[in-house]
Amino acid sequence: MEVEGGSKRYIYSDVELDRAEGEQIEALKARSQEPIPDPDQWLDEEIRRGILLTTVDAVLDWARRSSLWPVTFAPACCAFELIATAASRFDISRFGMEIFRASPRQADLMITAGTLTWKMAPQVKRIYDQMAEPKWVIAMGACAISGGIFTGSYSVVPGYNRIIPVDVYIPGCPPRPEALLYGIRMLHNKIAKRSLLQEGR
Amino acid sequence: MTVALSGKEIASKLQPRFPGSVVESSESSLVVKSESLLDIASFLKTAPDLDFDYLTAITAVDYYAYFEVVYQLTSIEHNHSLVVKTRCYGRDNPVLPSVVSLWRGADFQEREIYDLMGIRFDGHPNMKRIFLWAGFKGYPLRKDFSDGN
Repeated sequence: MEVEGGSKRYIYSDVELDRAEGEQIEALKARSQEPIPDPDQWLDEEIRRGILLTTVDAVLDWARRSSLWPVTFAPACCAFELIATAASRFDISRFGMEIFRASPRQADLMITAGTLTWKMAPQVKRIYDQMAEPKWVIAMGACAISGGIFTGSYSVVPGYNRIIPVDVYIPGCPPRPEALLYGIRMLHNKIAKRSLLQEGR
Repeated sequence: MTVALSGKEIASKLQPRFPGSVVESSESSLVVKSESLLDIASFLKTAPDLDFDYLTAITAVDYYAYFEVVYQLTSIEHNHSLVVKTRCYGRDNPVLPSVVSLWRGADFQEREIYDLMGIRFDGHPNMKRIFLWAGFKGYPLRKDFSDGN
């Protein structure tokens, strides 16, 4: 197992495993003291596009936003609103995203439904890193935005944007399914403005 | 409903067997010395008329001058309950005897108290943090805890 900030070393006992886990969490915490800027600089950018590229962009963005593949991810209580959104009454499949993938490698959207603790943070970052580009993150609920009522706690990450870039924020504690669906629509609008020229930025 | 036994009555039962080990007692609870905690707990568990076969919960309280650890005992056999408390002094390395040998349910709860209050339990098979990670500085449920926020 690789220990962050150190050289590769092997784990021989549960004591060493605990220590390595602790070091990993402390290292992530140390370099996550400032929020990561939201990936939205390109939203206001005027780009000179050719007619062909505009058409390709339109088709590509339409395809991308019409079939988002969310990863199965629900650390805390917002999960129930997420589940309600995915079930028949609110019916997330209207937006072509009813299949919650059990593997991050098959997903391109993370809906962060719940409080994140520092102990959980390295795993969440790993799930995000495993998702294939292009990928998006919706911060769902007060805890995901800022830590919510747990802001300033010794164990809670004050917002997912400390460890991963967030595209859309949905306030609420928890947000109702309507709010989540509205946030998903907002993400659709955001994806629609993306151009091929801006890939990788 | 479960009958809550009087701390005073139990204290008078303990007095001849463990002279001087009950510090104080009231209707709701009794406080015992930490040195005799394990013997008294063992007696409470094995005495046929008491038979506290189930440890409902352990909690800890920080009173600045000392830590108080509260054991909520229940007898499923007799359907009665009792609250036993013990105190440990000193904030640098407070130690209490572990009751895991009597009630296995104490395992995680004692680890939780160690994690958040910093009280060590002697004789515990796996005395390490349970919620927080190895290397976390301080014990967050102590009244004087601060992590700089």
